[in-house]
Amino acid sequence: MSIFNNYYTKYRFTFIEDTIKFTYMGRIFKVLIISLFLTSASLAGSDGENELSKNSNGEVKDCFETINRGVFVFNEGLRKVVFEPLAKGYLYLPAPLRAGTGNMLNNLTNVVTIPNNVLQGEFKLAAKNTARFTVNTTIGILGIFDPASKIGLNDYDKEDYGQTLGTWGVGEGCYIVLPVLGPSTARDAFASLASFSGGDAWYNVTVRNDTHYVSDFDYYFSRGARGVDFLAKNLGALDNLEENSIDFYASVKSLYLQERRQQIANADEITETFDDSDWEEIETQ
Amino acid sequence: MKIFKKFLFLFLFLISSTTYTLAKNPSVFISEITESASTILKKDISMDEKANELIRIAEQNVDIDGIGLYSLGKHRKSIDTNQLEQYKSIFREYFLKSFSSRLSQYSDPKINVISQNVINDKYTIVSSVLVKTDERPEIKIDWRVYTKDPSNPLIRDLIIEGLSLARTQKEEFNSVIQSANGDVNALLENLQNFNSK
Repeated sequence: MSIFNNYYTKYRFTFIEDTIKFTYMGRIFKVLIISLFLTSASLAGSDGENELSKNSNGEVKDCFETINRGVFVFNEGLRKVVFEPLAKGYLYLPAPLRAGTGNMLNNLTNVVTIPNNVLQGEFKLAAKNTARFTVNTTIGILGIFDPASKIGLNDYDKEDYGQTLGTWGVGEGCYIVLPVLGPSTARDAFASLASFSGGDAWYNVTVRNDTHYVSDFDYYFSRGARGVDFLAKNLGALDNLEENSIDFYASVKSLYLQERRQQIANADEITETFDDSDWEEIETQ
Repeated sequence: MKIFKKFLFLFLFLISSTTYTLAKNPSVFISEITESASTILKKDISMDEKANELIRIAEQNVDIDGIGLYSLGKHRKSIDTNQLEQYKSIFREYFLKSFSSRLSQYSDPKINVISQNVINDKYTIVSSVLVKTDERPEIKIDWRVYTKDPSNPLIRDLIIEGLSLARTQKEEFNSVIQSANGDVNALLENLQNFNSK
């Protein structure tokens, strides 16, 4: 119930909110403005075809590699000093509590997924996800439980505005690393503007509109919790990757771009999203 | 003459049946490897011993030279013969070291082979899942198996939840070479540093 009665909490966190608004959000906004320019530039050079539909092996340009690497180092420091201890602490919580938190955060993403299903012309999927969201928010008590999966409303794939632009044929633009938020592309960062401009119902009821039930803090807390939840699930994997990489930055970049292409193509196999002709040239038998 | 015909028939039969038995089904091949790896990881032996046994499996069943060449990407064409030989040797050491380090962290991985998709004569993708535990969810793992010699299939790539390890490595190597203005020696140096850690 505390989520509905945090009137006082809201004022207690005024300082944090203001800091976030004027520094953190300010930075993001600047990056997004730059991204807008970059995306336009990348579109200007496009032949109008969907880059992904060409099944190309095309590399995404790292236009600001020096800056990106600097931000990456900063983010890595933040991960190790702030987020990793939080994730390790989070892992001490009982498994059902972690599962419930994960479910609740996952359920919240539906408010961005559903409009994007519609924008991508996936109306059946939009209806299914709406039903899923309704069942889990009500019967599943604000998404803590996932009864929808038990009645066949499973196989949920998150969608966002970056993926929608991708399905519409907009290329990635330059690769960028955002402070705190991590890897992105010009297209995806630009698309995030849609979420801050009314395209994310959770953002609307927390940050954009002054409601008595939820506040800005709830939005940023949920974003932070999502990051901690993700990190807790991938703690060993990330450290392992870093330990076994000769260029960790390049590995993370590659994995991020591969994942985004897959998400956009809604593909399960790499062979569907990448040109594998390179393999054909190599003969060792 | 009859005896000769019988002998010829028997000879041809033996040849055909030998060829048949030698061809290894990629799904069975992957099942056997994962089974062997799982047995090693479950053993009550030191990490170093586990790593050595895993390395032995990898040397027999992974096309390390093939992965090394793929990882060079476009630089494969510009590298000279001496550099290539040096690279192959350094890469082998690097691969086995990072491979055993990555795998020996799992204590009891249970992998179930689900299906296989024959892409062409040279490649089959075997799909499997790493069974979920309390610590992690179910993970999809696809194996790119090189089947040019059907009697000796070799693993060329691991695709975890759709993310190719070979591709990631290729892009990582490319980044190192590009940062040194296309000098492949920078990659060799980095790999050597990794090997000596």
